Amino acid sequence: MSVTSQQANAELTPEQASRKRWIGILAKAELKDLQQHWQALVLPAAPEYQFIRKPETGLTMLRGRIGGSGQPFNMGEMTVTRCALRLASGTLGLSYIAGRSKEHAITAALADALLQEERTAELLESALINPLDEIQQAAQAERMREASSTKVDFFTMVRGED
Amino acid sequence: MYVAVKGGEKAIDNAHALMRKTRRGDESITELTVEQIREQLPLAVDRVMNEGSVYDPELAALALKQASGDAVEAIFLLRAYRTTLPRIGYSEPLDTEAMQIERRISGTFKDLPGGQVLGSTYDYTHRLLDFTLLAEGEAPISALDPETSDEETLDACPRVLELLNKEGLIEQSREADEADHTPADLTREPVNYPAERAVRLQNLVRGDEGFLLSLSYASMRGYGDSHPFAGELRSGRVNVELVPEELGFAIEIGDLFLTECEMVNQFHGNKNQPPQFTRGYGLAFGRSERKAMSVALVERSLRAEELGEEVLYPNQDQEFVLSHSDCVSANGFVSHLKLPHYVDFQSELEMIRRLRREIAAATDEENNK
Repeated sequence: MSVTSQQANAELTPEQASRKRWIGILAKAELKDLQQHWQALVLPAAPEYQFIRKPETGLTMLRGRIGGSGQPFNMGEMTVTRCALRLASGTLGLSYIAGRSKEHAITAALADALLQEERTAELLESALINPLDEIQQAAQAERMREASSTKVDFFTMVRGED
Repeated sequence: MYVAVKGGEKAIDNAHALMRKTRRGDESITELTVEQIREQLPLAVDRVMNEGSVYDPELAALALKQASGDAVEAIFLLRAYRTTLPRIGYSEPLDTEAMQIERRISGTFKDLPGGQVLGSTYDYTHRLLDFTLLAEGEAPISALDPETSDEETLDACPRVLELLNKEGLIEQSREADEADHTPADLTREPVNYPAERAVRLQNLVRGDEGFLLSLSYASMRGYGDSHPFAGELRSGRVNVELVPEELGFAIEIGDLFLTECEMVNQFHGNKNQPPQFTRGYGLAFGRSERKAMSVALVERSLRAEELGEEVLYPNQDQEFVLSHSDCVSANGFVSHLKLPHYVDFQSELEMIRRLRREIAAATDEENNK
């Protein structure tokens, strides 16, 4: 059975739940898709911000579970880039992105901050997060479609005549 | 023992320049890009990521290019690079049950729920060289036959062994009320023997594929009582989550492609346990099926002591397996023989000459008696 840590399982407020959703979509977006939609955004004003933490690349140790659901073990590392910034309004945006793209980390952190701002939340939700989510879901559906074409059912082999 | 020597700088510079020339090959042929390696040699990339112990396909492809395709050299480069980066925490344990399945087979249950999905595989190919790949231009990619495309979606599948364990014939991977322990990390502290199962697994996942494959083969041929079955083999994408200190809740930071293998092995039982099937577990980056299977088989062999089996063979001996599984260490130690051992060798040469003189003198004395 799948088991996640208590910390990860803690009840989230609705605000935290939506933030968790957009952070995940921003992180999993292909950089080119993110750039394309980001550049097409028409923001009320160019966002002013300063870095709390400049984009920094490091390694996160990935944990698996013995037998898939048993005790955790350290599997190996993954490159991760993180960034934190503050808008002029004081809102903090942050990002943790698999890989080494500083541009991805900055854009995602900025989007995270703007999605918390009343003035820009709706625009980013509809013109950035939702389209990126759709791209990811379509890509996943395509992979699933291809995989399911290779599905075998050894059980349905015809035996004799019916 | 090798000794430091001076000089040879010019020769070394020239040797490196020559290596770059050899690596480039015939300049009238288009140079290979890192992107092409990442996209078109993905299984080589997967191996470098596994043994380099860093998931980053672009870096692994770069390492392969730089190393002229030598996997062990590329792995060494990736390991060296990782030491330059800071650690950004630990992920939440990867939930392989929620994997977006792209391949899933079982050698034990034909009617597994969700069905068997072959995915992209070399299994069932005839291993005949495909000369269309050699001809000018690429072999056409044949489209998937839409007739066979199943409308049914491949939902996250429960693990076969967990599901088919209603009779309790297969050991559980955890007790119902068992709390998580923080596993030791061999990149932070050296391995002590006997090593806990989590550390053994970490070591095997970054171990040399060839070494583990051969040990697995030996375990199946009778060096250890293993009798394995491939309970389940699955490949696909899994989300990666971590809990940033700033937020206090888990967020997704990306996903990665994994291959997971669960082996089922016979176990005769002991005083405390009735006979049941035991399990060996393997996990690997990418589509590294051979690696995941080998890890699972050796992982099980190394449980001999914990299960009260007699430890008779090297593949059941933790210290033998774990301290020789790392290709960077093994390559380093073997390669160091290329360094100057002139003084060492000179002294051995002297010793052999002396011994021979002594024997010759003794023989002469004998003959003169």
